[in-house]
Amino acid sequence: MELIIDAIITGILTGGVYALMASGLTLVFGVMEIINIAQGAFVILGAYLSYALAQHFHIDLFLGLLITMPVMFVLGVLIQVLFIRPLKRDRTMLSILVTFAVALIIEGVLTILFTANIVTLKAPYITQSFRIGNFYLSYIYVYGFLLSVVLLAGLYLLLYRTKFGQSVRASMLNRTAAQLIGIDVERVSALTFGIGVALTAAGGMAFGATTAFNPGSSYDLISRLLTIIVLGGMGSLSGALIASLGMLIIENVTAVVWSPTWSSTVFFVLLVVILILRPQGLLGKLEGRKQ
Amino acid sequence: MTILEVRNASKAFGGIHALNDCSISVEAGKITGLIGPNGSGKTTLFNVITGYEKVDAGEVHYDGRTITNATPNKVFAMGIGRTFQLTRIFPRLSVLENMHVSAQRHSLRGLLGGWSRSNERQRALELLEFVGIAALKDAQAGNLSYGQKKLLEFAFILIAEPKVILLDEPAGGVNPTMINHLQSRIQELNKQGITFLIVEHNMEFIMQLCDTVTVMHRGTKIAEGTPANVRQNPAVLEAYLGD
Amino acid sequence: MITARKYGKPVGLLALLGVAIAFPLVFSDPTYTTIAVFALIFASAASGWNIFAGYTGYIALGHAAYFGIGAYALAIICQRYNIPGGWEPIYLIPLCGLIAGVFAIPLGAIALRTRRHTFIVVTIATFFIVQLMAFNLRGLTNGSTGLDMPIPFQWGAGYQGGNQSIYNLPFYFTALALTIVALAVSWFIRHSKYGLGLLAIRDDEDRARGLGVRTGSSKLSAFVISAIFAGMAGALFAYFIGSVQPQFDFDPLFDLSIALMTFLGGIGTRAGPILGALVLEFAQQWLTLYFTQDGLYLILYGVLFLVVILLLPRGVIPSLQELWAKGRARGRIGPLVLPVKTPVMSAGTTSPPTATRMTGQAGETAHEEVPR
Repeated sequence: MELIIDAIITGILTGGVYALMASGLTLVFGVMEIINIAQGAFVILGAYLSYALAQHFHIDLFLGLLITMPVMFVLGVLIQVLFIRPLKRDRTMLSILVTFAVALIIEGVLTILFTANIVTLKAPYITQSFRIGNFYLSYIYVYGFLLSVVLLAGLYLLLYRTKFGQSVRASMLNRTAAQLIGIDVERVSALTFGIGVALTAAGGMAFGATTAFNPGSSYDLISRLLTIIVLGGMGSLSGALIASLGMLIIENVTAVVWSPTWSSTVFFVLLVVILILRPQGLLGKLEGRKQ
Repeated sequence: MTILEVRNASKAFGGIHALNDCSISVEAGKITGLIGPNGSGKTTLFNVITGYEKVDAGEVHYDGRTITNATPNKVFAMGIGRTFQLTRIFPRLSVLENMHVSAQRHSLRGLLGGWSRSNERQRALELLEFVGIAALKDAQAGNLSYGQKKLLEFAFILIAEPKVILLDEPAGGVNPTMINHLQSRIQELNKQGITFLIVEHNMEFIMQLCDTVTVMHRGTKIAEGTPANVRQNPAVLEAYLGD
Repeated sequence: MITARKYGKPVGLLALLGVAIAFPLVFSDPTYTTIAVFALIFASAASGWNIFAGYTGYIALGHAAYFGIGAYALAIICQRYNIPGGWEPIYLIPLCGLIAGVFAIPLGAIALRTRRHTFIVVTIATFFIVQLMAFNLRGLTNGSTGLDMPIPFQWGAGYQGGNQSIYNLPFYFTALALTIVALAVSWFIRHSKYGLGLLAIRDDEDRARGLGVRTGSSKLSAFVISAIFAGMAGALFAYFIGSVQPQFDFDPLFDLSIALMTFLGGIGTRAGPILGALVLEFAQQWLTLYFTQDGLYLILYGVLFLVVILLLPRGVIPSLQELWAKGRARGRIGPLVLPVKTPVMSAGTTSPPTATRMTGQAGETAHEEVPR
């Protein structure tokens, strides 16, 4: 029983980090109707940036985010402007290919710079833990979760309390209508893409601090992130949040009561079950067309 | 004889009552006009009849059978064809291919067989000739003008040999020559026994063409009669001018 | 022009077939024939993928699952039934395709409950489910170690010491046969009513359904057909490589590659996927050969992706067709821009219409001008 409670707590804490990574993905989909396959690669890139800063300049992982997040933001904006904006037709499909190409390039660059060896992030709070009742918690899980909460709250404020956020939400509701009322949708798209990528810098650091990784780790990540945003309903931020927490709790509990080998399978089986019952995901709208 | 009847249909989208206890009937072999101010529920009524929307309450009867909430393909197979306000053709197929799509055969042989050398092709060409766009048979449908698309949609409905045809604003956004042309085609088909229900804002078109006119307002029927009668009905005038 | 169309095409196709048959005999260097085998395997898979994705417009990105299932099916069958090397495994390839097709029925049915973007993501997810199974069902798949294929000993001593140019030949011709079958099936479907229904789904699914197209069964059957081709390609691939392993036979790059090949050649066209596969696979294999450093190869392949998409977003074949159409339209009437004279039918030449109620109308309906 205690193991299960422990697994639930771990699930919630890591689920928060996944929510952070998935929110960028679902936000970008909502505004641009494109699926950013490179999201997993961006997370790993973020983890490596934190790793490099810590290794070579001895910058603390959390402080380093002040550098890596703006850098990743600019990278995201550049990628949107250079590679995604020029796509005029078949945008959905071509954007998948483009972002996959970006993911390959990132993987290639990371392999050349850091080799394919598995690395871990190092900091005192990663190895230390504290005790609540009968449970031991690693500081890093708690810190990572708090970081996610702070950033997601910031994202919420940005979307619901600012003029820019209004434009983003308008573009999500109806791209054409947003254009008609004078919103520069392309600019909003570029900034949104930048924000989505910047969030992965933080998500990547938190991910890398709890999991060993190499440049190829992005495949496993992107499959999970995609599953989460489908489950939550594509384009739904709160859906992504609920799905992240739910999935990670279930995965961790399965690992304890059954076997870690099959925990990821349960993750995907749940996707199948939910799609049979509710094709649009938990909080999504059906994609179709009526007149 | 009534061929198509909607009884007490209601349909709400959120808080908006698109149809509110609406009942209309269509006489077989006649051309019935359906008019009303914007948002009075005409297109919703079409969607309900043809199965594109489900009613919250009420019934739809056709040719002695109940077709309430039947699927669009069933309704179409039973002989009710419709066109859409903003035509729905298959833009990346050729004009001729569009015609073949709606002439479905469900036997395995029918599905796997080619379609280019069959009787069906002959029939498709005749119908394109009939509506007047046979010369465009190999053009990509998406490249047609707006009016030509309307004719194409009209033609591919005809290939299924419907008994009742529902036209949603056939004359909207179309030039006068085309309107006259369309009018003559409708009359021609009506002479052969096809029943029409036509939503249209062009009053001249409705008045010249229709045997009876039904007027809708706020999701329900407010008047019915010959074009001349309806024109003088005070309730109708109020509906149009009052909003 | 009609004669050119009638005879030009078959003659051209025969010539291409001749070139394809002569290729490995002329360029017998195993380096080239190996690349050619890979290119043809991908050509058949891409062509099969196009039957579903190109015709219906549903972009499936999980066909690597069926490629892998086909590969594992062959490996497992050969191991369980002690199938020797040689031609036998090749005869089993259609069976492996069918096995992949059987798996595609439930997986496709679930994925097809969704549309558009969600569909894409769900297919990606089904791929990861199947890949995970290959890792985890150790009793069947031997986990990450994988399984070995029988050695095709009759054809020289395999990679070691034998004459590899001869070794490659059976694989080459099998891959060529698969490609021809895929092309023939594409052609046949494109000219059937069934295929027309698939194309109508691509343009407006709900409208097609409303007009009586059986959208559900059409989509699923096309999905399964394309999975069968992926499975056959996977089985041949595995036999050629000599072993199966989860990371190589369930490769996320597979789907992106065939999707890119199809887009490069022209999605929805019959020859496009094959053309795209030949060009891209040669380019990819060349990059792998000359840039052996792991990361560099990935970067170059990524850049190749970007260049193709940004420079040729429509694909080669549609661009050529447009040029051809422009050339043909010159001198003739631009059918869409100007009102065209239709051939006025006199009542005498009108063939009797098939439907009774149209009788006698067709002659009168001939119009001077196409309404605009």
